[in-house]
Formats: sequence, C-alpha cells, structure tokens
Amino acid sequence: MTTLIYDGTFEGLLTAVFDVYDRKLGMVSLQKTGVNNSALFEDRLQVITDETRANRVLKGLKQKISSMGIQRLYAAHLAEMDGEENSLMGYIRYAFDAGQNIEEDYGNRFVMRVSEMVRMVRREKHRMEAFIRFQKLKDETFYATIEPDFNVLPLLIRHFKSRYADQKWIIYDIRRNYGIYYDLHDTQYISLDFANVNKPGDVIAAFTEDEGIYQHLWKNYFTSVNIPSRKNTKLHVRHIPKRYWKHLTEKI
Amino acid sequence: MNVDRITEKLNILADAAKYDVSCASSGSKRKNENKGLGNASNGICHSYTEDGRCVSLLKILLTNHCIFDCAYCVSRKTNDIKRAAFTVQEVVDLTINFYRRNYIEGLFLSSGIFKDADYTMERLVRIAKKLRTEHNFNGYIHLKSIPGASDELMNEAGLYADRLSVNLEMPTEAGLKLLAPDKNQADMIKPMGYLKNAIIQRTEEKRLFKKAPIFAPAGQSTQVIIGATPENDSQVLRSANYFYKNFNLKRVYYSGYVPVLADSRLPALNTSVPMVRENRLYQADWLMRFYGFKVNEIVNDAQPHLDLDIDPKLSWAIRTMQVFPIDINKADLQLILRVPGIGLLSAQKIVSARIFGKLNWDQLKKIGVAINRAKYFITCNSNEFERRDLTGNNIKQFILATSQSKYLKNTQVQLNLF
Repeated sequence: MTTLIYDGTFEGLLTAVFDVYDRKLGMVSLQKTGVNNSALFEDRLQVITDETRANRVLKGLKQKISSMGIQRLYAAHLAEMDGEENSLMGYIRYAFDAGQNIEEDYGNRFVMRVSEMVRMVRREKHRMEAFIRFQKLKDETFYATIEPDFNVLPLLIRHFKSRYADQKWIIYDIRRNYGIYYDLHDTQYISLDFANVNKPGDVIAAFTEDEGIYQHLWKNYFTSVNIPSRKNTKLHVRHIPKRYWKHLTEKI
Repeated sequence: MNVDRITEKLNILADAAKYDVSCASSGSKRKNENKGLGNASNGICHSYTEDGRCVSLLKILLTNHCIFDCAYCVSRKTNDIKRAAFTVQEVVDLTINFYRRNYIEGLFLSSGIFKDADYTMERLVRIAKKLRTEHNFNGYIHLKSIPGASDELMNEAGLYADRLSVNLEMPTEAGLKLLAPDKNQADMIKPMGYLKNAIIQRTEEKRLFKKAPIFAPAGQSTQVIIGATPENDSQVLRSANYFYKNFNLKRVYYSGYVPVLADSRLPALNTSVPMVRENRLYQADWLMRFYGFKVNEIVNDAQPHLDLDIDPKLSWAIRTMQVFPIDINKADLQLILRVPGIGLLSAQKIVSARIFGKLNWDQLKKIGVAINRAKYFITCNSNEFERRDLTGNNIKQFILATSQSKYLKNTQVQLNLF
C-alpha cells in the first residue's frame, strides 16, 4: 500500500493518477496535504502537481469516458469529502483499465459512489440556485452571501450569468472566503476584506432605499401564501433544512 | 410607492390565489436574449411554505372582485371579504423586483372575473405583454385562461406566456353545476381546445422556421378540487386521463378541498383536508404519465377508490400477482417500472448496469431500490429470494408492518391496544 499525498486540487488528483501508472503502483491510498494519519510501515509519496501530466491524464481519460463523465468527475471532486478521493482514483483507474466505457456500470462500487457524490453536489448547486437571496446595493450591484456544504460556487456561474445578464451581481461564499463578481460582461473570482466594516450601520447604509421595502413585501407574501390548515413542518424542514435559514430573507 | 397600500393588496391577492396549487416553473425553454432579464427552463422552487408546498412563482390575483358565485371559492360574489385590485404597473414592478433578488422564477397571474371574460383576459395579457416587450423579461409567466375568452386574446396570451391553464374545478359536469351554477364546462374547454390546436400548429412552424416565435412552450395545465363533491377516484382519474389524452395537458393538479366557507352544498367547516387522498391521486397520476399504466389498471368499477394505506403501484401489484416474480436481470424496462419500490431512475440504472454484469441485492440497494418492498416481486443474481407462496394480502400486511409511512400511525396505535 502506498500513500499518495496531494494538494487537494483536481490537477493534483490527475497528477496522482499519472504517478500511479508511471510508477506502476498497485494498492494506493490518496490523502490531502495536512491530513496526517500515517501508518507505521507504509510508503509515502508526495505528488507534485504538474499541469502537463494532469493534462495528459485528462486527454487519456477523454478517450475512455464522455465529456459529461469528465464534468461529473469534476463535480464529485468539488464535494471535497475526506477520504473520497480514493473513490475518484478508483473510478479513474477502473475507466482506464476497462475495455469499454464504464460510466453506467452502477454495479461497480466506484461508479456508484461517484454517482452518489455527483448527486449530492448537484443537489447543493440546485439549492444555491434556489436559495440565494440578492440584496441591492447603492451602486446597483446585487449582493448575496452563501455558505454551501460543498464548494459549488464554480458550478453556479453559468446559471446566474445567463439569468441576470443585465445586472451586476456578487455571490460570496463566506465559509471559503471567495466570491464571483459579474460586471455586465464577464465574471471574475474575488475575495473581499470585511475587516474594515465594523459598524452595523455601514452595512445597512450600503443598500438602496427600496431594498427594505421589497424584503418586507416578500416576507408578507411568504406568510400570505401559507395555508395553516395544511401545516406540515416536517415536510417544510425537509425542503429547506434549517442551516440555510439564516440567509433566506423570508426565514430571518 | 405607498408601501402600506401595496402590502395590503399583496396580502389580500396572494391569500386569494393560494388555493391554486400549480407551482410548476419547468417545461419551458425561453432563453435570455439581448442581455435581458431572466430565462426559463427546468424550474426552481425558491422557497417552501410551512405547509410544505413549493413557492416558485409570484402567485397573485389581479383582482378578487368577481361576478361569479362559486360555492367553493373565497372570492365568490356573496362572500363578505376585503376586495382589492392591482394596477398593471404594480404587478410589473413586483415581478421584476422579486425576480432580480432571486425570490421567484416568474409570475403566476390569475384573476376574479370582472365585467366579462374578454375584459379580464385582456388585462392579464396586457401585463404579460408589458413584461416581455418593455422590460425584456424572459422569466416564466403562467396566465389563467379565462373561461369564455375570445380566440384572439388566447392567441396573444400564448405568445407571451409560458404556460396557460384553465381550472376545471370539479371532476364532472354535474359537480360543477352543483357548486358553480354560473360556470359551464363548455366555456372552460373552449380556450383549452383553441390553445391545444394553436400549440400543435406553432410547434410545427417552429420546426420549419427557426425564427418562428415560441408559443406557450410549457403547454397547458388544469386543476380539479377533490373532496368538495362526491366523485370517486375512478371518476377523477378518468376525467384527468381524458384531458391528458384529448387536450395534451402537461399536468392535472388535484387540490384537496380546504373548507373556507359555510355552505350546505359543501363539507362542513371543520372537515379536515383530504391530504392522503390527494397524495394517492398524484401517485396514480405519475403512474399514468411516467410508468406506462393505463387508467383502468389503477382504478376500475371493482376498485373505484384508491387504497389510502398503500400506494397505487403496490395496490396494483398485489392484485396482479400472476405477473411476479420477475428477473431483474432479464425483464424489460416497462416491466421493471411496475415493481413496487423501484422508481424511474432506479429502473433506468438497472437496465444500464446489468449490461456489465448481473446485479445482486446489495447492488440493487446501492442503486436506490427500496428492497423491503421490491423483494416480494423480484429475483436477482442471488440464491435468496421470496420462496413462500404469499398472497397479495400477506405481502400488504408484511409491508405495512415494516413501513413507517406517516399515514399509518393512527391505525398502528389502535392495533397496539389489543
């Protein structure tokens, strides 16, 4: 058993795949840098992320699975779940070693696990598309903060860019401390410094005057459409788990 | 903007619209063109009410003034409630500002009938037109087809709206006559028939000329109220089936009657909402639309009502034991879809995966099959399978005993007493 230490990026993962074939390794276990639980008698190998090698693996992989399959792998990678890089590694090795396209072999444990991870990530992405609440700032930018379970921000760009093409917007992941900014033409990754905002008044002053009005109207609407005689709290919470409530205008 | 006045109007007109259950924002394919606002494709539920229903659209009435006197409706003429009406601009502003903040997928606009059908329909169309042409709004718009509206207005509505719907309200003409004496089914069917033909024709045009405008891309839907009149499930589902077949409807919604008004023709005010029955009807509806079931396999003269304690697929399976067990590694997709505990996605996964090798119980479980129900009806790559010669009723009892369905709690408590 060889333990491969990689940097947690998708390129890093692909480079690790390269090393597995380059060094003809058998059983391997993949670990992110910093997660240090090494066994006593094992080989450890540091994977040095290399774009050229990663691209070679990607090119080879494209011969074996569809471009949809590559996207699904990337989505599963964004789950960033500890230990699950081994499922991704297993999937990729199975794809390379098999004589045919294995994407739909749900009887295989790696294919099934990757499919589960993709479902989890896509559900989180979909939830973000639903639960993001923009607030309008004085400079006409619409601003939203999120704290998704998985790192889905990169997957959100296409949806919001095509939907809100005529307004500037920022979606900021405060858990991972980075965001996307759309300036009416293109999107870019940004990182904000909140250290200078110390008075709560500063934050409120940043919003346009009608922001409060529309939030008020939305909350009213939300209460009006409820039918009390059909109350079903269990179902309500299943659809909107409580951890999302603090960013939802109607649930604050 | 007079905030208090708008708030009051929104409260009244959202409250009056909430008994319309349709919330779908899917099925359209409207793209955002020329850097406008919004698009409509797969549908998103942006929030959920405390009763667990999805909030996808800004669902409001243009006005709750109404010349009709339908017994089941809160907005009926003789009901003493506050009345209000939005202006065109107010609806437009609310829609745009809610949409920009990602609260909604679009607008669901209905209305009480004021003056006459065409007058009302014209107002609805005007709002949709303004959103589309002046505000370059490409979000989802669902308009009500007002019964009796002219073909010209319906045509215009189809050009701006993604979906149109007219509520049949009662599953049968007799039920309608009883509770809504001012309405008749012919008036409702007229705009539905016009739109059906127009949609077919426009889709044909669109196939030939890419530039042809899209016309009601998300089709038509309707709603029937359940439990206000004595129709049985067989009548309800047959009527739904008739409209699916003859008017190409995308959806039929079933709305459990919420007692809001005291009227001798209606269930008493303290009657509970028939939520379980509503749920079973939706399950049956899904079986007809996605699982290849014919309506008379689900309900028929011998079986006029759906079972409340088990779902309609299981109910069909235990009545049709001669079909089972089936071999999951050999059976057709159509047959796998009929196994209780196997859904649409699992069935497709099974059919894809078995090409690579025969599947066993563990793999089926991983794929998402509910083994506790499916195990009585299938065999797979394993020596373990149901060997006893069980009757349908035995299976039902076994499944009920291990099930945690919320609908069963009451009966189980009663059984424990003995």
